[in-house]
Amino acid sequence: MPKYLIGLCAAVGFTATVTLGTAFGQQDAAQKPAQGQTPPNQTQNAQTPPTQNPPGGNAAQEAKVADPEELVDDQGVPLYAVRDGKVDQGTYNGYRRYASSCHVCHGPDGLGSSFAPALADSLKRMDYWQFTDVVTNGRKNMGATGDKVMPTFGSDPNVMLNLADIYRYLKARSDDKIGRGRPERFKSAS
Amino acid sequence: MNPFVRCLLVTAAIQAATTTVAFANDDILKNQKDPANWALQLGNYAGQRYSTLDQITRDNVKNLRPIWQFSTGVLRGHEGGPIVVGDTMYISTPFPNTVYALDLNDNGRIKWKYEPRQDSSVIPVMCCDTVTRGVAVAGNKLFLGQADNTLVALDTETGKVLWSAKNGDASKGETLTAAPLVVKDKVYVGISGGEFGVRGHLTAYDINTGKMAWRAYSTGPDKDVMIDPQKTMMLGKPIGEPDLGIKTWPADQWKIGGGTTWGWYTYDPELNLIYYGTGNPGTWNPAQRAVDKDRAKSDNKWSMTIFARDADTGQAKWVFQKTPFDEWDYDGVNENILADVTVGGTKRKALINFDRNGFAYTIDRTNGELLVAQKYDPSVNWASEIDMKTGRPKVNDKYSTFAQGEDHNTTGVCPAALGSKDQQPASYSPESGLLYVPTNHICMDYEPFKVEYSAGQPYVGATLSMYPAPDSHGGMGNFIAWDPSAGKIVWSKPERFAVWSGALSTKGGVGFYGTLEGYLKAFDLKDGKDLYNFKTSSGIIGNVNTYMHKGKQYIAVLSGVGGWAGIGLAAGLTGEQEGLGAVGAHKALGEYTQLGGTLTVFALPDNQ
Repeated sequence: MPKYLIGLCAAVGFTATVTLGTAFGQQDAAQKPAQGQTPPNQTQNAQTPPTQNPPGGNAAQEAKVADPEELVDDQGVPLYAVRDGKVDQGTYNGYRRYASSCHVCHGPDGLGSSFAPALADSLKRMDYWQFTDVVTNGRKNMGATGDKVMPTFGSDPNVMLNLADIYRYLKARSDDKIGRGRPERFKSAS
Repeated sequence: MNPFVRCLLVTAAIQAATTTVAFANDDILKNQKDPANWALQLGNYAGQRYSTLDQITRDNVKNLRPIWQFSTGVLRGHEGGPIVVGDTMYISTPFPNTVYALDLNDNGRIKWKYEPRQDSSVIPVMCCDTVTRGVAVAGNKLFLGQADNTLVALDTETGKVLWSAKNGDASKGETLTAAPLVVKDKVYVGISGGEFGVRGHLTAYDINTGKMAWRAYSTGPDKDVMIDPQKTMMLGKPIGEPDLGIKTWPADQWKIGGGTTWGWYTYDPELNLIYYGTGNPGTWNPAQRAVDKDRAKSDNKWSMTIFARDADTGQAKWVFQKTPFDEWDYDGVNENILADVTVGGTKRKALINFDRNGFAYTIDRTNGELLVAQKYDPSVNWASEIDMKTGRPKVNDKYSTFAQGEDHNTTGVCPAALGSKDQQPASYSPESGLLYVPTNHICMDYEPFKVEYSAGQPYVGATLSMYPAPDSHGGMGNFIAWDPSAGKIVWSKPERFAVWSGALSTKGGVGFYGTLEGYLKAFDLKDGKDLYNFKTSSGIIGNVNTYMHKGKQYIAVLSGVGGWAGIGLAAGLTGEQEGLGAVGAHKALGEYTQLGGTLTVFALPDNQ
């Protein structure tokens, strides 16, 4: 890779971090009570109900629209869409990015490994803003012997520029709306 | 001081130094000659993991029993194994890399303990758990490669640090997991971080001072790789063309091109050559490593290469690239076992390598000539065969993630990225002439896509889903016996999970390995038949060793599931397995075992 491109990517990653970090801080302060009091289902509650349910499917967490750019709720929380077992482009991208950057520790399909927690499970308790915080800034000294560490991905463009999609994918896994393995994409509504 | 006396003293000092140099080498040779010791991680310089001890036999092994255990206090994956020299056993743990010297005269009482203080920020840049593959002992020094890239020399009597050297930078994704190797006055150590865009190298340090003697990179200009294109051999003749370590990469990609060196190193004292393999090129997306979108121009040298180097100078004597232009993460670091075998009616000084790519290579270790290359798992499909003239695999485009293209999910590739075998070392019995090999039996879907490099961050660029080899026995591993002359499987026994433990063979006609569920298994070298098993406290990814103390033979192994195998602990493999019949019954490894580092020592009852 040419050096200038690396530089550019790093710069983009950095900008994204700052923006996200700032947005996170402000939104967190504005919309939420102190951490720990957050109801576990707040993110889900904020989601828009679907306009139509696929036959036989429980689409409570589905978003209204298929265009990835609009798949956020009014609080800015990314939403995913599942139709007939197929997912929107963003969620699909999240699957790929998860596989590239997160899988090696957090295991296949968000199910955890011997040294990192199952994120499909974590997202039942953790909201988007906490998720963003941990991914961006990392964590240290977790686990029974303090040897579990979450790195800081704040400077990684592969993660930070795809953070909303990674969340979409994991949230859909967490809500049990998609199964294991590679999700299929549905064609965009447009 | 009178000049004459000074001169005498200086001469004496030089002689003393020279004597020490010779001594270190002699010491390991002496230690490995005495079967009471387990002197090196791979048993001996040749990497054979074979013992001439024969108290435990195929007939009495059924009476084996665990006689003492020792908790390492660390939960993560325990690779490598115990070293035994004289009355002392040395073991090391995953991060924080505690080393224990255990007194065999006193049921393993701790003689000393060394626990380095390391910044925990190194933990998440260790791609596949915080493993170490063990320590090396030479003379009165013990060498440990710490996760944070510190190579330390400890006093074997006290555990006191004699010197330390910095071998890499964790902020760039570099870490240290390999077991060092000592030859004469040098200790060699490699580097990990192939999934972080590091530039691999093997580095030699002076065992007395810790001063760097030489560093040979895996990519870049010949000067850095320590290649002389007029002298260094490839397929029986000089390489000829200079700087292939640059030309076979697009632009500056070689600078973040991987070729890490975290596997095992072996040594031939007669030829004075050390042997090791370099790992996969970065990223896992081959399109980003292609010159002019042309596979033929894009060998990505010298990733995936077996190097034979002069042990003193580091100069490359010969090279052999197994998987030019990797498209599957067939990380070529596996051990090179040295054995003299008969090929085509002629006795050859050979080297045998079970590569991740699923082919077993028998190579003339004097010059790198390719003698045999055959699949050691029948499911291997990414290449039909190895061209014996060029040494190149004939790649099947259907399973080429480059031919199928970026953003395309190439399915049914065998083996998976774990390889038909990973780092778990095989064993060679000079008696039977066969190798006993722990293998994986797993295939994958692989979709490469574009990623950006960011220092110290994962540089992968592919999705991977893995599942047991289809249309087979449904298990994820095999344990096989291999004929290196004919290039044929002699016998093969299926295992439920990948076999991630190093094997041992002995003169008693019995061999040993561990399983991911935690079983230590003894098998008959003749046919692989199970002769004994014992379920230890956790899954075994360590290597089984044997030694003798006060006239009695023991078997020792570290349990403690983890490593790459630990990634699937909770989950098992991907859901594609539902269609595979028997496999559906194979639930996640987490249903069989949990974490915890323990040493277990086995012996026969005293009356036998």
